[in-house]
Amino acid sequence: MRLPGALRELARGERAVVVELEEPASVGTLLDVLAERLPAVERRIRDETGTLRRHVNVFVGDGNVRDGAGLGEPLTDGAEVQVIPAVSGG
Amino acid sequence: MTVLLMIGTRKGLWLARSDDDRQSWKLDGPQFLMQEIPACAIDTRGPTPRLLAGARSEQWGPSVFHSDDLGASWTEPEGGAIRFPAEADAAVAAIWQLRPDTAGRPNVVWAGSEPSALWRSDDGGQTFALVDGLWDHPHRPSWEPGFGGQAIHTVLPHPTDDSRVLVAMSTGGVYVSGDSGKSWEPSNTGIKAHFRPDPWPEYGQCVHKVARDSADPERLFAQSHRGVYRSDDGGSSWTSIADGLPSDFGFPMVTHPAQPGTAWVAPLVADVERVPPEGALRVWRTTDSGESWTSVSSGLPEAGFYAAVMRDAFTADDVAGSTGLYLGARDGSVYASADEGETWREVARHLPDVLCVRAAVVS
Repeated sequence: MRLPGALRELARGERAVVVELEEPASVGTLLDVLAERLPAVERRIRDETGTLRRHVNVFVGDGNVRDGAGLGEPLTDGAEVQVIPAVSGG
Repeated sequence: MTVLLMIGTRKGLWLARSDDDRQSWKLDGPQFLMQEIPACAIDTRGPTPRLLAGARSEQWGPSVFHSDDLGASWTEPEGGAIRFPAEADAAVAAIWQLRPDTAGRPNVVWAGSEPSALWRSDDGGQTFALVDGLWDHPHRPSWEPGFGGQAIHTVLPHPTDDSRVLVAMSTGGVYVSGDSGKSWEPSNTGIKAHFRPDPWPEYGQCVHKVARDSADPERLFAQSHRGVYRSDDGGSSWTSIADGLPSDFGFPMVTHPAQPGTAWVAPLVADVERVPPEGALRVWRTTDSGESWTSVSSGLPEAGFYAAVMRDAFTADDVAGSTGLYLGARDGSVYASADEGETWREVARHLPDVLCVRAAVVS
């Protein structure tokens, strides 16, 4: 899972984290594991209801999960997930 | 004596310090760049001053950060400072208020949030727990958002009775608890809701800010949406004290920390005209609990000023003898007075919209 610059400090400086997941895996189960390992990162991606924050986008490959199955988007072995903040604000 | 001034804006936090009895200021910042800071506090009850900042990133959400080194570094718990429990099925959108409790309860800090919820910290503002009694109130589904969102913006713990606390929200109005937050009653009798078919509802008022008198804890002052009020009975009933002001609309209400009956407001023309009257930034002071008002504005812009002062962007410090006042506006200007508002000088200009200011003696 690749992290944007704003979250790397919270991930001990890492640009990406490698996560082993049990089958069947999804973006949601990936974030569940992240909540245990790096809670300060996970709660900036999902709010406390488990909803993806409005101005945060998560991509699996080139696809935005909002255009797919959301947090239920399935992950296959070797999948690359990117967290990218949305263009917003003024 | 060093006085620290926290300036929370829409895009970060600035800190200003004065070492010469508030005659000049050194401005540092921004911190939390690109994060909105709607709430901040300086807690001087412990051996070391603690700064608190309620920050909200547009992307990454809100949290409460604390600093025990006067803003040199900031921390938050890894698991987060303020989060609804799962059963609440809600998410904190923003922190609207951070309020240290009395000196007798040095670890207690209150927070008000959007959506309207009250939170209590028992570890000095590091972590907060939801006050269930208010969250579970049967009125909550009918509290509606004001223009800025639906939030608790005022928390007033009672200075001598730990079981009593008052909150105010927009909209919803004033609620009070006499049993440490377990149960709550609306407390809006006499406050008009111009925007409702019945303008005198039990609750639902759009109260903008409430402040407590320094000497009489039962005496409260409120700036409401089209109304300025005083209560002499702890909020059970309210009487208009708007006569003598240029307008009954505005956001802040500030009371003197030591002088009874003394309070300040910063009026705007009207709810449909949210700019200072006559294009001049003026504050108005009462020293007789609202019976009369006087403009005290020497040094503030006298013309061409059309920026509003938000509810927490006006505050008093704790300097004994000559209380300082501080206000910031949506145009990013900040002014300070070292003589209770008689004269003002500029502290900053061209910052992002100022949302909150707090000041205290820190050494």
